[in-house]
Amino acid sequence: MTSEKPARQDENPTGQDPAAKAPKSRSLKARWRKAEKADAPGGIRRSRIPSGALSLAVYEQGDPERPTVLLVHGYPDTHRVWDDVAAELAADHHVVRYDVRGAGDSDKPRAKEDYRLELLAQDLFAVADAVSPEKPVHVVAHDWGSIQSWEAVTDPRAAERIASYTTMSGPSLDHMGHWLRRRWRRPTPRHLKQLASQGLHSWYIYLFHLPVLAPAAWRLGLARNWGTVLRLVEDVTPREGHPHDTLAGDAARGVLLYRANMLPRLLRPGLRPTSVPVQLITLTEDNYVSPALSEGLEEWAPRLWRRELAATHWSALLEKGTTVARMIREFTAHLEGAPAARELAAAQQGREGGREGEFAGKLAVVTGAGSGIGRATALAFAERGADLALCDLDLEALERTAELAGLLGAEATIHKVDVSDGPAVDAFAATVADQQGVPDIVVNNAGIGHSGTFLETTKKEWERVLDVNLWGVIHGCRAFGTLLKERGQGGHIVNVSSAAAYLPSKMLAAYSTSKAAVFMLSDCLRAELAKEKIGVSTICPGIVNTNITRTTTFSATDAAEQARKQAKFSGLYARRGFPPEKVATEIVTAVRTNRAVVPVTIESKAARFLSRLSPAALRAGARLKM
Amino acid sequence: MSTRTARKPAPLPEFPFTEQDLANFRELQRLAYRCAEKVAAWLEPGVTERQAAARLRKELVAEGVQDFFHVPFAWFGDRTAFRHFRTPLQFFATGRRLAEGMSYVLDCAPVVDGYTADIGYAGKMGENPIWDRIAKDLLDYRELIVDLVRQRRTLDEVYAAVDAQIARHGYDNRHRVYPGRVIGHQVTRMEKVRGPEGLTMFGFGVRTLQTLGRELVTERVQGRSPLWADGRASRHAPTPGLWAVEPHVGFRDVGLKFEELLVVTHDDAYWLDDDVPHVRRARALAATA
Repeated sequence: MTSEKPARQDENPTGQDPAAKAPKSRSLKARWRKAEKADAPGGIRRSRIPSGALSLAVYEQGDPERPTVLLVHGYPDTHRVWDDVAAELAADHHVVRYDVRGAGDSDKPRAKEDYRLELLAQDLFAVADAVSPEKPVHVVAHDWGSIQSWEAVTDPRAAERIASYTTMSGPSLDHMGHWLRRRWRRPTPRHLKQLASQGLHSWYIYLFHLPVLAPAAWRLGLARNWGTVLRLVEDVTPREGHPHDTLAGDAARGVLLYRANMLPRLLRPGLRPTSVPVQLITLTEDNYVSPALSEGLEEWAPRLWRRELAATHWSALLEKGTTVARMIREFTAHLEGAPAARELAAAQQGREGGREGEFAGKLAVVTGAGSGIGRATALAFAERGADLALCDLDLEALERTAELAGLLGAEATIHKVDVSDGPAVDAFAATVADQQGVPDIVVNNAGIGHSGTFLETTKKEWERVLDVNLWGVIHGCRAFGTLLKERGQGGHIVNVSSAAAYLPSKMLAAYSTSKAAVFMLSDCLRAELAKEKIGVSTICPGIVNTNITRTTTFSATDAAEQARKQAKFSGLYARRGFPPEKVATEIVTAVRTNRAVVPVTIESKAARFLSRLSPAALRAGARLKM
Repeated sequence: MSTRTARKPAPLPEFPFTEQDLANFRELQRLAYRCAEKVAAWLEPGVTERQAAARLRKELVAEGVQDFFHVPFAWFGDRTAFRHFRTPLQFFATGRRLAEGMSYVLDCAPVVDGYTADIGYAGKMGENPIWDRIAKDLLDYRELIVDLVRQRRTLDEVYAAVDAQIARHGYDNRHRVYPGRVIGHQVTRMEKVRGPEGLTMFGFGVRTLQTLGRELVTERVQGRSPLWADGRASRHAPTPGLWAVEPHVGFRDVGLKFEELLVVTHDDAYWLDDDVPHVRRARALAATA
């Protein structure tokens, strides 16, 4: 036993190991060893850390030699809200969580003054000092945890103690005070709209300032039904340990957080800049914090990365924990010296050499990008800021597409892939995910033309057409759809079908069949992926001047006759003169506006209209020999 | 490609020029390119298309040019790729000002003593990587065209082959914006015709229109066209004589063209002059790449 005050008390002391009481500076390794023995299920090591007169419940996972991430929860939660994120990060981080004062197993002062931001920031530093005395920590915070962490991040001590800050749904109250002031002083229509929007988002804050009401509501049933509220309003599936048993008391007491800080800070905001790198994750479906609130944050946090996640206030952590963990991992890894992941690099504000355009920072995959609609689509996305991963069978043509994309400022990788080969497409997807990250847009464009009546078309020809046109799309949707869904940040899949999907013709039996199948599979996939915020568009181009006519095969013809027909149809399509660039523009629009079905040319639109007005007329027309 | 013969072609006319004629055409083409290069060297940011076209005319007149096959044209920026062109009037020089990084095209067709030159000169102001890329590729079209004409392929087939090459390059065909979608037209020595020298209608010299009109009729009767496009009218072997060929390709807002005379004889074809700016430039670009 030394005379020094121990930094912390482990909750499962063996009573045998003096190392547990060793001074802070030497205690790290010893603690790790000791904690190993005392590991609770799931590898979580519990301890208590004093902060002022209070004691906080702290939970650690992962190797303490790794970079430390400190997760700070919000209101009315406990450290358990981070379960998924922590489990994911523990693989390569020292993950530390704690119950903030007044919540979970930490001490629960009763006075309003005990919940001032200064004290909450002091708690954070106390935990950081105890768990990572030598190295600064990466702070990650949500909701009220984020508000109080801002207090710490904008404290002068942060420069030494905090390596980075990832914030979700909780602005600095001082920053917000200035934000409000600025908008009141310059009440432009836009500013007024922002004020009104945030004013409506903040209804509960006004209620929290009324006496009795909010605490009573929590104790008289709201807490009991909180799981239902989360399920209905926040898209969160109830689970064990959340909401937690101490919710009623925590939530009622937590109202003091608002009462102690809101008015003083919003009415008399201080100047609180920070040099700490800040990653702002805006939850686009947050019911309480409007995205506009972060406007102008660069002024306070010049080293800023802005990212978005399609999630509600709580579903971000409770349903999309892996995605949040990935964003945190990319950020900490980059600040620890690794090169920035593509999406992270694009998120950095004010960086040099950043690209502009509505798809800046996005990655688009295009199959069959060596010519025609595929090449035009690749270039259209390149022109609008996206980077590219392209595949085709013709590598030389693909190189050309990549070079042109480069001239438009895009980075493009090229891959020789036969889309009809499932394992090859899977490998393509894996390579792309590995080299460039999960794509945001996938365009399944590769396809071949074939003309022939049903009975003329041989089994081999049927297989070839279906393998490329249908299976190619299936493989693409499966490989990339899985990636998109796993990532959990939405995205868009474009399947290039054809007007032949709804315009029957006896001369195009196999081709039309394959394209109709693509049409239907897109409809089904769209329904399936809607919940994941992944859009699916079906494009039906019509007669477009591309390479497809020069490579179309014809059943029951010899080589010379086939060449003659290819030349004839190429000439026909060329004179129709509809350029693939216009199809590409439609594809871009379909992605932007999430359109389900896009007939492109006038003949495609007319056929679509007729197919619904009078399918019998089209069936009669199908008998014509072209 | 088609193996059928569409119809029995009329016998091709004799090659109508002497060596001296060709030398005169060549000299005039060099003069035209020299004037275009002078104007190109004079161009700077802020100059308008009208000023450039006027300057080009001035240079040519100073060299003794009496008449024009068509008025001098100048296009800057996205107008070099004929973006948003709806009417032929948009070909005429406008008040568009040249800016840093822009591409430009100068096009003129001086007539001296009945001899005609018709040239297109593409340039850029400052840096433009897209322009550099196309300038390198422009020679592919030059070689492709003369190769196919040597093989006596029909003019519409050559046109389609150029289109296919444009598609392979990833550019788009901008000569189809020209009236009649033409990639070229026949050039004859203008004989003394009535009509005032130097007077133009719709940008073409009145005497040009007379000559052209007459040729359109006489050639049509023979199943040929003095205009080279991709339609049925051009489904005939290259007519011996001189052709002004002007492939014009674009990528996004950058358009480049060249235009020069192709000599077509009964059994051969060659460019009237290989010492032209776009050839020199493409070779220099290829050497640095």
